Amino acid sequence: MSGESATRITPGNAFRPEDVAAQVAQGLQVGEDVAEYALRLGDDALILAQRLGWWISRAPELEEDIALGNIALDQIGHARSFLTYAGAAWGKSEDDLAYFRGEDGFRSSYLVEQPNGDFGKTIARQLVISVYQHELYSRLVASTDATLAAVAAKALKEVDYHRDHAKQWTLRLGDGTEESNRRITAGLVSVWPYVDQLFQDDELIERLDGVAVRPSELREPFDAYIAAVLAEAGLEVPQVPNAMTDKSRRRHSEHLGYLLAEMQVLAREHPGATW
Amino acid sequence: MAKPVETVETPAAEGHGKQTWPLWEVFVRSSRGLSHVHAGSLHAPDAEMAVRNARDLYTRRNEGVSLWVVPASAIVASDPDAKDEFFESPKGKDYRHATYYTKSEGVKHL
Repeated sequence: MSGESATRITPGNAFRPEDVAAQVAQGLQVGEDVAEYALRLGDDALILAQRLGWWISRAPELEEDIALGNIALDQIGHARSFLTYAGAAWGKSEDDLAYFRGEDGFRSSYLVEQPNGDFGKTIARQLVISVYQHELYSRLVASTDATLAAVAAKALKEVDYHRDHAKQWTLRLGDGTEESNRRITAGLVSVWPYVDQLFQDDELIERLDGVAVRPSELREPFDAYIAAVLAEAGLEVPQVPNAMTDKSRRRHSEHLGYLLAEMQVLAREHPGATW
Repeated sequence: MAKPVETVETPAAEGHGKQTWPLWEVFVRSSRGLSHVHAGSLHAPDAEMAVRNARDLYTRRNEGVSLWVVPASAIVASDPDAKDEFFESPKGKDYRHATYYTKSEGVKHL
């Protein structure tokens, strides 16, 4: 991922991972707690991107391959910025963190680790994560940490589209055919046990007052947005118990190890390879 | 919104029960002041999704500031077999081009 030229091709001043890397190279200091928080944000984006990338060549239509691929690439971009920033605290690059951490070093949530299932389940997961990320980034832009705020500002516009994509598909699947309704309903039920973890505060969040967004604050706007979309789609908010998760995000679902094996194998077989 | 997905049976898929989405033509305007230009086509279940698919397929590299999508079935095209009678007439009529004319004497600023 790293090593690209810092030259801009697109016009404007969009904040890029290369800009974070440039700040780090100029000696930007990143505290341990901020880095740990950036890891949580970056790992959610990275693991989600890895999951979504699987759909390329497998989505119901070619157009949807590209839509999901674009969303995955946006998420990779956010992950690169967050991981570059986090890595500055430990002298590690984005690649070190993405490819050379073990399962217990990741801080991803159970939700993004969940397997893709069918298109209905992937859309259900997309709806949850994109509404959550939208609420999160729209508050992180006011963080006292200038880098986190800048990454969030760039990510917010992209997540806005991800949320729209998930909403459009939820409406169509819910209000489409009997089969599409059955699939999105099953998808929502299967991801819902992992929703609660996204909104749990812990000691790290307490210590980062003003820097981090308090996850518990996002639950109410999240519920309101989801309720409106599901009502319009003729669907119901699932009533299922929460899964056993971990608010400090140190424990993971059984799926993460397999995902990492596939994501990391090439970089580990050929360390430092470029192409 | 959320109209039932309208599908059409494609010739290649006939008899296999496989249905595909209708075809849309995409027009992209690259910047203010220019007109929309045909960029290609795509499949989408309805108009709203067609605009989104067009955004994903045809504006990935900063190509546009505005998009149009038109159902391909709504486009009326000239008949390729009738090329001669349709397009023969202007050939040889050079006087329809400005460059055919010579400058008149006394016109200074042409």
